[in-house]
Amino acid sequence: MEKALLANIENPRSREAAFYVEKGGYESLKKALEMEPKDIIEMVKKAGLRGRGGAGFPTGMKWMFASGDPKFPKYLVCNADEGEPGTFKDRPILERNPHLLIEGMAISGHALKAEYGYIYLRGEYPEAKDILDAAIREAEEKGYVGDNMMGSGKKFRLVVHQGAGAYICGEETALIESLEGKKGQPRIKPPFPVNVGAWGMPTIVNNVETLSNLPLLIRVGPEAYAQIGTPECPGPKLFCVSGHVKNPGVLELPMGTSLKEIIFDHCGGMKNGKKLKAVIPGGISTPVLPPDKIDCPMDFVNMPKHGSMLGSGAVIVMDESVCLVKVCYRAIKFFEHESCGKCTPCKEGVIWLRKILGRIEHGEGREGDVDLLVQVAANMSGRTFCPLGEGAASVVQNFVKHFREEFVEHISRKGCPLP
Amino acid sequence: MMLSDTARQKIQDVRKLYPSARGALLPALYIAQREHGWLSPEAFRAVSRELRIPEATVRGVASFYAMFHKAPVGRNVIQLCTNVACMIMGAESLVDLISKTFDVQPGGTSPDGRFSLIIMECIGACGTAPAMLVNTDFHENLTAGNILDILERYK
Ligand SMILES: Cc1cc2nc3c(=O)[nH]c(=O)nc-3n(C[C@H](O)[C@H](O)[C@H](O)COP(=O)(O)O)c2cc1C
Ligand code: SF4
Ligand code: FES
Repeated sequence: MEKALLANIENPRSREAAFYVEKGGYESLKKALEMEPKDIIEMVKKAGLRGRGGAGFPTGMKWMFASGDPKFPKYLVCNADEGEPGTFKDRPILERNPHLLIEGMAISGHALKAEYGYIYLRGEYPEAKDILDAAIREAEEKGYVGDNMMGSGKKFRLVVHQGAGAYICGEETALIESLEGKKGQPRIKPPFPVNVGAWGMPTIVNNVETLSNLPLLIRVGPEAYAQIGTPECPGPKLFCVSGHVKNPGVLELPMGTSLKEIIFDHCGGMKNGKKLKAVIPGGISTPVLPPDKIDCPMDFVNMPKHGSMLGSGAVIVMDESVCLVKVCYRAIKFFEHESCGKCTPCKEGVIWLRKILGRIEHGEGREGDVDLLVQVAANMSGRTFCPLGEGAASVVQNFVKHFREEFVEHISRKGCPLP
Repeated sequence: MMLSDTARQKIQDVRKLYPSARGALLPALYIAQREHGWLSPEAFRAVSRELRIPEATVRGVASFYAMFHKAPVGRNVIQLCTNVACMIMGAESLVDLISKTFDVQPGGTSPDGRFSLIIMECIGACGTAPAMLVNTDFHENLTAGNILDILERYK
């Protein structure tokens, strides 16, 4: 498959507008500006594009809701918070292909009649901030975006807004709060951001990768686009693979590529001849899988049927040397650190989970602790205000489900059996 | 420690990019933090005055975000990731190594003021783990063999 999202990023000139244009960049924006906004939304629906930020919501439908709301102005917000541990897929676009994102956002801005776009960029990517600012300035100077996009008379202004180290701000309503200059705590839904979002106005939040699919989609058309990937989830997908594989990194592959194929073909298999022990397929919030469960197509529809989720496509591969109790403990420490404190089941639940996991890991586990863990997680599940708390509970539930003996052994042997 | 005129001007410029003054709060806090490396009580007061937002609000918002420093930090800030992808590639031993070599505990600053060490959740470099940011520079594929040489460059 020819690369669309990561095209030419190895070239040292990949950030320059002139280079991007040499390779056919901004042609899709030109084409889109000659189309009616509603026809572009129709195209996106027909292509079957789903959001790449984790939830897989159909982008065309989200856009239709927003454009159906009569209020103006509307805001387009690019979610570049990329905080899900294991995820580094948006970073190559932000740092090496910024004009692809700008073009995608400009097309979306036109389709949604949004004149203002904000890129909510995580604070941990300081270099990307400078690169994006420079690319936006260049795109404005050349007239691709700004007050008169490519001579169309249409306006689209872009601002990069830096987050400051809070994972919860990746959640779209918390992100909007943070954009408005508040603590990043989620809002109740409904109303949904497409109706009441930033500054009370209709707001479309889309992930970096989602928006970066637009130039391709417009260029090849919805029919050809839908031929890539699986029928339920078309298009190319970025997978970012870390851990004990020979060749970790970001891969652009058709949606639905099997997890096994990603690990053993595209990433060269396990490093140092060690055995595979466990895989977290979609970022730390998604259910861990044992080696006999990895023959599954990586897309939003098939992963749940195989006991996990696609999430952000962040594959963390662990070999036999890894202590899974320790991994689970570290994951929960993350959730404890990032819990925003708004609701009790999450705020207190993660503390209990961390305490129990900590004593098991440190050889002070008590009989019955494994059941207690499962019970605390079950009490959190379904009762948290936002999916962060749900994710924490599900991490524990799935580690225990697949690797219960390892937890039990830690308790009976009073510590980790691994060297 | 007052804000410089340049910083105040930058805050007024960034204010224009948002439909409300409050929207410019995070960027303004960044501008203020860049002046002195941390957010002092005076910095909070100055941001509050520039944007006409109550000081308690400014403080409250800043307290929510890990990357705003509410106390002085060292000349160089090491932000080392220990989340799962980095942990399984050996990040924890690097924490110990840095602590011992530069006499700095996680969350603290070395007595000579040269380094502060902050343990991070994922910083988006998991494929090249373990990884850290020093000030605004990424350093990836860290090992016990290369990390000290990298840090030696920061004075
Ligand atoms: C706790 C939490 C963290 C999230 N973090 C991110 C993130 O870092 N980046 C992202 O694009 N979406 C993230 N999301 C998903 C967003 O809420 C939202 O669904 C997404 O930005 C919508 O864009 P899409 O439809 O293009 O995927 C997160 C959701 C939750 C609940
Ligand atoms: S589930 Fe956790 S992160 Fe979400 S609102 Fe509740 S406390 Fe905040
Ligand atoms: S887990 Fe360390 S950079 Fe992602």
